[in-house]
Amino acid sequence: MAQRKERIDRGIKVRSDDVFALTSWREMAYLAFPRVVPVVLLFLLGAVASIYWERVLVTTCMFALLAISWDILASAGMVSLGQALFFGVGAYIAGTLNHYFGISPWLTIPIATLGGGVVCTLVLLPVLRLRGIYFAMVTMILPLMIERVIEATKIFGGTEGISGLNTLGNVHTEFLVAAVMVWVVLFSFRRMMSTDYGLLLKGINDNDRAVMSAGMNIYYYKAQALFLSSAVGAFAGAFMTHAYQFVGMPVFALDYSIIPIASVAVGGAGTLAGPMLGSFILVPLSELLRGLGGLRVVIYAVILVVCTVGLPEGIFHYLSRKYNQFERWVKVER
Amino acid sequence: MSEKTILQAQDLSKNFGGVKAVDGVSFSLRRNEVLGVIGPNGSGKTTLANLITGFVKPSRGKVIFDGKNITGMAPYKVADLGIARSFQMVKPFYQLPAFKNLNVALLSPRLRRLSGGRFGDRDAMAKDLLEEVGFERDSWVITHQAASLPHGYLKRLELAKCMALQPEIIVLDELFSGLSLAEVASMVPVIEKLVAQGKTLVMIEHRLKELFRIADRVIVLNFGQKIAEGVPAEVMEDPQVRGAYLGSEAEE
Ligand SMILES: Nc1ncnc2c1ncn2[C@@H]1O[C@H](COP(=O)(O)OP(=O)(O)O)[C@@H](O)[C@H]1O
Ligand SMILES: [Mg+2]
Repeated sequence: MAQRKERIDRGIKVRSDDVFALTSWREMAYLAFPRVVPVVLLFLLGAVASIYWERVLVTTCMFALLAISWDILASAGMVSLGQALFFGVGAYIAGTLNHYFGISPWLTIPIATLGGGVVCTLVLLPVLRLRGIYFAMVTMILPLMIERVIEATKIFGGTEGISGLNTLGNVHTEFLVAAVMVWVVLFSFRRMMSTDYGLLLKGINDNDRAVMSAGMNIYYYKAQALFLSSAVGAFAGAFMTHAYQFVGMPVFALDYSIIPIASVAVGGAGTLAGPMLGSFILVPLSELLRGLGGLRVVIYAVILVVCTVGLPEGIFHYLSRKYNQFERWVKVER
Repeated sequence: MSEKTILQAQDLSKNFGGVKAVDGVSFSLRRNEVLGVIGPNGSGKTTLANLITGFVKPSRGKVIFDGKNITGMAPYKVADLGIARSFQMVKPFYQLPAFKNLNVALLSPRLRRLSGGRFGDRDAMAKDLLEEVGFERDSWVITHQAASLPHGYLKRLELAKCMALQPEIIVLDELFSGLSLAEVASMVPVIEKLVAQGKTLVMIEHRLKELFRIADRVIVLNFGQKIAEGVPAEVMEDPQVRGAYLGSEAEE
């Protein structure tokens, strides 16, 4: 008796139909499992980690937010090479509010989140019409320019930066806030992308001319996506400012633009969860490799290349495909 | 402008660098009329569509829609006023299922206005529209990602996207190109139904035989200029048109 391998998609009907899913415990578990397990896992990790690794987890969460913020923007057809702009603007708003006005971090962070969103959106509004690489170039240059401006004008502490800022409390508090924020952002934006609003953003990404010819002002929607994305990035910057108790020119460094993009490449674009997963691989990895000195960057780069070449669709797409499909052998009568 | 005129182009011109893509074209479109636009490749047909729908700003001339000057207006505003268009290069929203492609137009401010502030069941409306242009209602095709649709369906989807906007005028840029005879034959009744519903159509076409059956009037472009205008049969008798299409021996 010969055998043939078949690939079957699990419960497409179920997943496309929320109400139907509620009729079966098995299906509910099937839907809940990939959401609940990572959430629980992250909080468990935070609970058992040493202080050092808890700090690493906090940083990882912030890079995850930057990567998600990149993906939000990309979903609406804007490719950015400058998440550092969002990060840096948020960082400086929080830092200066805390230093010059003595405002508590619990207030500076929300203010910097909204304020950073508004500032970055206004700054990029004039170039919203640029497409592809032209938009990307502007976003890359802006943070580097601001860095030079701070250096030249010596504002906000100039090259020294501002130190001695307040913290949110101990590292456990920071971890809790960071982890909760990451999940809230991830799940709410994933939800958003599945609504008609998300559909519109995807439409702009696919074919902006067709969206315009449907009578939609695409610049209005692109500006909104830009605000959402930059607010998330600004939150990360503001948060890290208080975690480091310092804000200075390095917040506009290329790291904050490049690592999110690498995370997206590893994790898989367009899912928001992929970029987050990518960050949770790359950032701790870079910590693990710290002992290796000069070779660190080389090994890091090799891993990055292997990941992106081996799984060009991204790890998240791969995992979710495997989860939603199964293969089985069936007997074939000859 | 007479009562029945819905769209008027006056001396429309567009230069791309040195190329006069459209050169001093004037015409007027009556309400509920089907106007054919024909001409050889590169004669400026697509550019003319872009000029009317705001995707290209004219170097000279005016576009007047319903008594309102819409020259140089942003494309989304033109669409909002009620001029829909299809694109010669079909490019669906690849990531979305076929029927969700229509939801973008169904979400537009124009649709909200027309439906009195309520959107209604967009998915059902989208599926109805797809059925109208010839998708089989309960087949997998309408829920499948648009990226994987065959060309014939993509063309139908283009038409459905235009219809979703409930426009006054539909500008169709080579809707029939790349379709089989049978596919064209099945789409002609859809177009005829639109006309019966009172829509005004501008059809840019290379498939003259099918076009001439639908069009009330035809204008012919050559090197950006309008060289003839009239009912289909007359136009093809015009020596200049025959020259442009068939080549002439006299012109050395
Ligand atoms: N965006 C553009 N930039 C430069 N030249 C263009 C552009 N669009 C069209 N053209 C030129 O204008 C002329 C008319 O093109 P088009 O309107 O596409 O003709 P048709 O649709 O009749 O084939 C061609 O010579 C083409 O190369
Ligand atoms: Mg053309």
